Amino acid sequence: MAREPLLRLENLSTHYISAQGTRVVRAVDEVSLSLNAGETLGIVGESGSGKSTLALTMLRVLPPAAHIVGGRILFEGEDLVAKSDADMREIRGKRIAMILQDPMASLNPLFTIGNQVAEPIQIHEKTPRSASWTRARELLKAVRIPSPETRVRQYPHEMSGGMRQRIVGAIGISCQPRLLIADEPTTSLDLTIQAQYLNLLRELQRAHGLALIFITHNLGIVAKMCDQLAVMYAGRVVESGSVSRIFNAPAHPYTRALLGSIPHMGDPQHRLTAIAGQPPDLAALPRGCSFAPRCPQAVDRCRIEAPPAFSIGEGRVARCWLAREVNTDRTTLAGAV
Amino acid sequence: MTRYITRRAAYCALSLLLLSLTIFFFVRVTGDPAALLVEPGASAADIAAIHHRFGLDQPLWVQYGLFMWSLAHGDLGQSFYYQTPVIDLYLSRLPNSLMLAGVAMVFSLLIGIPSGILAAVRVGRFWDSAGKVFALLGLSLPSFWVGLVLILLFSVYLHWLPSSGAGTPLHLIMPAFALGWYFAAAHMRLTRSSMLDVLGSEYIKLARLKGLPEALVIAKHAFKNALIPVLTLAGINLVIMVNVAVVVETVFAWPGIGRLLYEGITFRDFPVVQGVVLLGGAMIVVVNLAIDILYAVIDPRIRLER
Amino acid sequence: MSAPADVITLPSPPRTARRRAIRLGDIPIVPAAILIIIALVAIFADQLAPHDPEVGKLTARFKPPFWQSGGSTQYLLGTDQLGRDVLSRLIFGARVSMVVGIMAVIVAGVIGTALGILSGYLRGWVDQVIMRITDTWLALPALTFAIFLAAIVGPSMWNIVIILGVTYWTRYARVIRGEVLSLREREFVQLAIVAGCSKWTIMTRHILPNVINSATVLGSLMLGVVIITEATLSFLGVGVPPPQPAWGLMLSDGKQGLMVGYWWLTVFPGCCIMLMVLSANLLGDWLRVKLDPQLRQL
Repeated sequence: MAREPLLRLENLSTHYISAQGTRVVRAVDEVSLSLNAGETLGIVGESGSGKSTLALTMLRVLPPAAHIVGGRILFEGEDLVAKSDADMREIRGKRIAMILQDPMASLNPLFTIGNQVAEPIQIHEKTPRSASWTRARELLKAVRIPSPETRVRQYPHEMSGGMRQRIVGAIGISCQPRLLIADEPTTSLDLTIQAQYLNLLRELQRAHGLALIFITHNLGIVAKMCDQLAVMYAGRVVESGSVSRIFNAPAHPYTRALLGSIPHMGDPQHRLTAIAGQPPDLAALPRGCSFAPRCPQAVDRCRIEAPPAFSIGEGRVARCWLAREVNTDRTTLAGAV
Repeated sequence: MTRYITRRAAYCALSLLLLSLTIFFFVRVTGDPAALLVEPGASAADIAAIHHRFGLDQPLWVQYGLFMWSLAHGDLGQSFYYQTPVIDLYLSRLPNSLMLAGVAMVFSLLIGIPSGILAAVRVGRFWDSAGKVFALLGLSLPSFWVGLVLILLFSVYLHWLPSSGAGTPLHLIMPAFALGWYFAAAHMRLTRSSMLDVLGSEYIKLARLKGLPEALVIAKHAFKNALIPVLTLAGINLVIMVNVAVVVETVFAWPGIGRLLYEGITFRDFPVVQGVVLLGGAMIVVVNLAIDILYAVIDPRIRLER
Repeated sequence: MSAPADVITLPSPPRTARRRAIRLGDIPIVPAAILIIIALVAIFADQLAPHDPEVGKLTARFKPPFWQSGGSTQYLLGTDQLGRDVLSRLIFGARVSMVVGIMAVIVAGVIGTALGILSGYLRGWVDQVIMRITDTWLALPALTFAIFLAAIVGPSMWNIVIILGVTYWTRYARVIRGEVLSLREREFVQLAIVAGCSKWTIMTRHILPNVINSATVLGSLMLGVVIITEATLSFLGVGVPPPQPAWGLMLSDGKQGLMVGYWWLTVFPGCCIMLMVLSANLLGDWLRVKLDPQLRQL
């Protein structure tokens, strides 16, 4: 049954255009993705591959130089690109929420925790102050902050990093959004706290029926948390599909390289493969496939013509000339076995 | 925090010591201080008497000791012109100076902060450029000229405002404007840059992601944070205003400390000049210390760090 | 270095904004032309001035500029309370402002750069002493300090140059010391130490050439400040002594005539000061961007 997904991006492009209009950085280029309600999508890629810009594009909170130059963001059937600014404000924090990378910097140092957690509730649900503060205390309890009654009156600097990130999480779910976007929410946390936080996010997801977009460069987290995966390279989604299928048989050479660069526990024989070369300059992309200069399998065609997004079965998409052939090989192989 | 404050206080004491040394040293290195300490037209016998009375015939370090001893007792010498202790003159003029500086400060903040915020919010567009021009003019126009043009306009041609003196609130308007003008530009510049820093921060991004209206993002989340450095600077500037008002007070004949300094210069009343400069420097050093301490109390990061 | 791709994808808004806003001062032709004209006027003052700037005709006092009734083309910009030609005084005043401004900036620059290098390179107690003095002097309002010095040494043009130099060197010392602190860790300095160069050689041959740029930028930014201070001192009667024509002094003289409507005695010298300071500031801003992007925060 093909039900309408919660979120569908169609050929979405966001470019940074310099003041003089001479320099164009294609931070997000022709991105198409979809996500069903309650599911988790992981977006991975190196830093600078456009993951964060993609997240900010979905909420249309972009720096002044960035412009959405094409495509659609269909959320619950409505195109967010076409919405007015006022309508977008109604959606932000209420129907789509986002958690930023840096828990230390994302809380305002001059306002109490209670004030900042209650704020979106007051704005979106027009509840009086006392009711929204009661909600804030409940939310803090939900994200496992001990003694929320005293914590609401404290300031961010009085909390640890892990606690602050949970507070940011509480702000995220405060208005019971349908979709929560988490942009590398655990990079600045200790490993043990990371695990706790991920568990917490999963519980919240189950409890509220949230769809989750998880932006990370950590494939281990993707394996643990996500149903779907999109791999970004130089502003484009080079491969997408279900996590298990991609992990089992990556179709794009870049995905293969990424998977090859994770250390395998208890396998000292496994060699770490580093990806040779540097990510390309997004203002001066090569003519063909942007991964071609670093790709070990690149053929002449890759350097001349950028590959379109090939649908390679089982809901998977890959932007690689070789992807189709690889895929066929594997199916024949599977048939033979 | 105690260690931090102790260290700041030690620096402050050292600065005061250096200040007294500087003034002591310059007076003695540039000639015979007796020539400055006697009234103009004094005879050689008078000068010799002064030498003896102020201990100028003793070794330098003894002289410095005497100088510091009388300073410690609040004795800044006697004014030749008014025949009263300098400290009394100073204290009687201080309220006027503070009033002028206070009004000028309010004025500079009322202009500087909103225009700085406007420039930051409309960065790179018309209001930002207009603000740049304003800041440049503010920093390039000497305050005495601003004062003279104001007099020409509002007193000579329009007859709206009194050109000099004190007494009514009307007397304050032009001097406060002329004095605040430069500081308005300085406060605008700082507000703009501090606001830009804040607007680029993650918590502003989060506030927008919460779906807050842009006006609320700026008025609530950005404004308060951007104001901290501006108000710190304003605190120091208030003291600086008191001490650089000499020109404006001269132009408008405002009876404050600056006017006292000017009188000291014109009447060759050296004890007055020395006293005003010494007290002005001390005031700034002490206020700097007070602000450092206040910062340590307000800002938890400093409190924990040191 | 952080990954360049990162910087490209997410330029922070303030940075782009700052770069854009600075373009306003990006055309230094007008200010540069104004400064050059003032400099030429200062040099050829003797040839250009129609009258003696210090001697007036008492029969021709308070003449307005030529376009007002009562004015004549003989005195284009009018005359002052002693019947001296305002235009000629303005022309010679340019000389005073130029000489005092440039010389004071040089004096301050030499003292400040020397002490900054000593402080930053030798460190230790030398650094402590110099920086304590710098901090104390920086805390004093420069104007009050300059007035104090002027009051004890007495008025003369060259005294003013020295006073302004002594007042403003601290700003150079601070910046130059900071630069030297980072320079001394650089390879070429370390190599020179290993090669056995003396401290003197290292400071003059290796460090000095590398801080000249910053000192120049600072100097151009200081020019406006110094000119205003000179005018202020002259205005207060502790600067250039009368009857020498200095713009600040002209304003001070013109003040008395203001209430009776002799506007030309204050407006013209004020405009000259403004034009010169504005040009110096614009040029300084431009130089700062051009020569030394690291100094932008100043």
